[in-house]
Amino acid sequence: MAFKEPVEKYSNSVVEVDVSGVKVGGQSVLSGIYTFDGPVPNPPKIAMEVIDTQPEEWPQPLIDALGDVYSDPVKWALKCQNEYKADMICLSLLSADPNGMNRPADEVAKTARAVLDAINVPLIVYGCLNSEKDGEVMKAVQEACHGKVILVGPADDENYKQIGAASLGYGNKVAAQSPIDVNLAKQLNILLGNLGVPMESIIIDPTTGGLGYGIEYTFSVMQRIRLAALAQGDDKLKSPIISMIGKEAWKAREAKISASEEPSFGDLTTRGILWEAITAINLLAAGSDILVLRHPESVKLLRNILNEFFS
Amino acid sequence: MGLTGIQIYKLLPQTNCKDCGEPTCLAFAMKLAAGKADISLCPYVSEESKAKLSEATAPPIREFTIGTGDGMVKVGGETVMFRHEKTFFNPTPIAVMVKDSESDDAISAKLSKISSICFERVGKKLCVDMVFAKNEADGAKFMALLDKVAATNKPFVIASDNLETLKQAAEKYKDKKPMLYAATLANADAIAEIAKATGLSVVAKGNGLDEVSQVTSKLLAAGVKDIAIDSTPKNFKDALKDNVFARRASIKQKVKEVGFPTFNVISDYAKDGMMEAVIASGLIAQYAGIVVISEPDPAKILPITVSRMNVFTDPQRPMVVEQGIYPINNPDENSPVIITVNFALTYFIVSAEIEASRVPCWLMIMDTEGLSVLTAWSAGKFVADAMAIYVKKTDITQKVKHRKIIIPGYVAQLSGEFQEELGEGWEVQIGPREAADLPKFLKMWKL
Ligand code: B12
Ligand code: SF4
Repeated sequence: MAFKEPVEKYSNSVVEVDVSGVKVGGQSVLSGIYTFDGPVPNPPKIAMEVIDTQPEEWPQPLIDALGDVYSDPVKWALKCQNEYKADMICLSLLSADPNGMNRPADEVAKTARAVLDAINVPLIVYGCLNSEKDGEVMKAVQEACHGKVILVGPADDENYKQIGAASLGYGNKVAAQSPIDVNLAKQLNILLGNLGVPMESIIIDPTTGGLGYGIEYTFSVMQRIRLAALAQGDDKLKSPIISMIGKEAWKAREAKISASEEPSFGDLTTRGILWEAITAINLLAAGSDILVLRHPESVKLLRNILNEFFS
Repeated sequence: MGLTGIQIYKLLPQTNCKDCGEPTCLAFAMKLAAGKADISLCPYVSEESKAKLSEATAPPIREFTIGTGDGMVKVGGETVMFRHEKTFFNPTPIAVMVKDSESDDAISAKLSKISSICFERVGKKLCVDMVFAKNEADGAKFMALLDKVAATNKPFVIASDNLETLKQAAEKYKDKKPMLYAATLANADAIAEIAKATGLSVVAKGNGLDEVSQVTSKLLAAGVKDIAIDSTPKNFKDALKDNVFARRASIKQKVKEVGFPTFNVISDYAKDGMMEAVIASGLIAQYAGIVVISEPDPAKILPITVSRMNVFTDPQRPMVVEQGIYPINNPDENSPVIITVNFALTYFIVSAEIEASRVPCWLMIMDTEGLSVLTAWSAGKFVADAMAIYVKKTDITQKVKHRKIIIPGYVAQLSGEFQEELGEGWEVQIGPREAADLPKFLKMWKL
């Protein structure tokens, strides 16, 4: 008896979101690399993260790779675009953090505009992860970036009104972040919908746990979101998914500690890059549409993987 | 497949003798149907019924072991497509390839690394699990290689295209319970003979799942049951497809011919060691039964095995440690007191940093139902009043003279209220956010 391929295609699909000409979503299969189940019109994208201020206490492999540009967000973004061929740039406005440098909203918004003007791939702008401040910052950023469509976030249940309302005004896309929970993700999409933000403008950020530090929760929540969208046809969960991988992966002790301090762990550069790339391959399999990465070598590894499916 | 309680009842003696611990045969049958009892509990069931039952209740993916003793691995036995439905059971063993065509020195170096790479994380050991011994040179060289491999006590795979060599090796090492690689359409009958004579498990290899099914059909017909399947993909894309399809076909459609753990020789197609590591982790998350890579490099094995550990943790039960006061580095009445949650990962990270600091400490672990610091705080479990109640309930005041307690930096906001709840004389101190900064903090700590 011949083996019959058990293809699984759904009648529902992920909503297609167009961020300034780069589209994500649109597939009716569980993961962007399940091309054996059906067409994936828009391959998953690799975004590279740029931070608006020189990062402190960065792991050595990142300094080695990006140390020449990491004090200048525009140069950094250009390097990611031109040299590493990032599909998108994700600018993290960490310097706005009230518990850190606490730069005012209009000042960090200027950086966003400068990066936007310099690059020709789409821009994602992420805040400092303080809900209140991000509400303020994302308003200023959208004002400063008017004229081009950007993806802004993370909007959460506290600041979604400010971020969402501004996104409507400028026609921007919103990354809606909820803490690893299917119902909360749905709830936030409903709230944004009530504001008038259409599903074509929303991307879910389910909160990423890094390898060894909560990835298993993120993995399963992403699969459940996709199953709810495709198998059950839940309209409010049909958004594409963005994963903030670099930030979580490089926080791990295993991605930071040197081989001289922990000889049994082996070479730090190899280990750190794989910490990020392996977090990424797991979440890609679980359904991620935008992988936000930091190290050029993990970008290369994931590009190799994606090229097998889309070339 | 999947008998109902009534169907099972018909196979039982129907005497209601109660020896199985159930009041009636029917009650026992219901438990069997729900997978909550084992047929061996009924001493009176006929052999014939037993065979029928064990076939009907066998997991859709064959489960078996490779190797012997401490290092023995169990593969297959999975029952679901998604880990949130239940859990994945048997962590994918990671095998490293060693060839007889490599120099003696290279082989020895590789094997000694394979034996020594082992990490401890959250109370579990993460190691290289198996050796894939490949025959490329002559028979004598291969036997010499197998001697060295067997001495590592890791389970191993005997891989040879030469039937005579394979047979000879299987005979010689059968007590170590290695696995044979591989049965193909051309040699399936002969391999089945060897497998049956030695009782060893076999990899069925073919070009795609269709050919693999033909090979497993032959093996099954010959009475071989412990099988893994290798569809020899040319790249990750095909490997992913075959792993997903084999899992779906066996779990959802009960296709017996592919109801086996998949065998993934990633080193055959991955471009380099980095790609091997990424692909291995991707496939482990996507149903791989066994993976074979080429290098025993700790910087790669660590992330691969941590990834595997995450995929195979039970989503219903976070790993926890017991509530209580843990002495670290022989503390006394003047040592610092630290409080945190009982999530196993948090405990593992924090206690490791304290140990590394060499500063004697009392680590108070509070039951937060296995939630991390911020998650437990958000869930109202690691909050001032609950923490104060816990601290007062313990005998920490008999262990130390002072009344100072250090809290995680991420919950700095609860320090005032916590101090108030603890009452007169207590001082709540805010520690750093990341455990990595604890050693520096503790070394500076003064009474
Ligand atoms: C995995 C995860 C979950 C898992 C649970 C995992 C678990 N066992 O705890 C699930 C999916 C169940 C979950 C649920 C929720 N979560 Co949650 N979760 C996470 C996630 C991704 C990782 C947490 C983790 O495992 N960290 C690793 C452990 C080791 O960290 P840790 O315990 O904090 O320990 C570190 C430090 O604190 C320090 N440390 C520990 N002890 C001590 C002691 C001392 C003295 C010192 C100095 C240091 C120290 O050492 C460790 C390493 O540095 C984080 C976001 C993130 N990326 O971090 C969100 C996060 C913690 N979750 C959050 C929330 C809100 C929730 C929910 C309340 C959501 C909801 N409304 O349902 C629920 C609550 C759970 C419930 N009701 O049962 C928020 C918390 C927001 C906040 N700032 O307060 C976070 C930050 C996500 C976010 N950005 O919104 N979550
Ligand atoms: S032991 Fe067997 S025969 Fe006796 S009650 Fe149980 S199932 Fe029935």
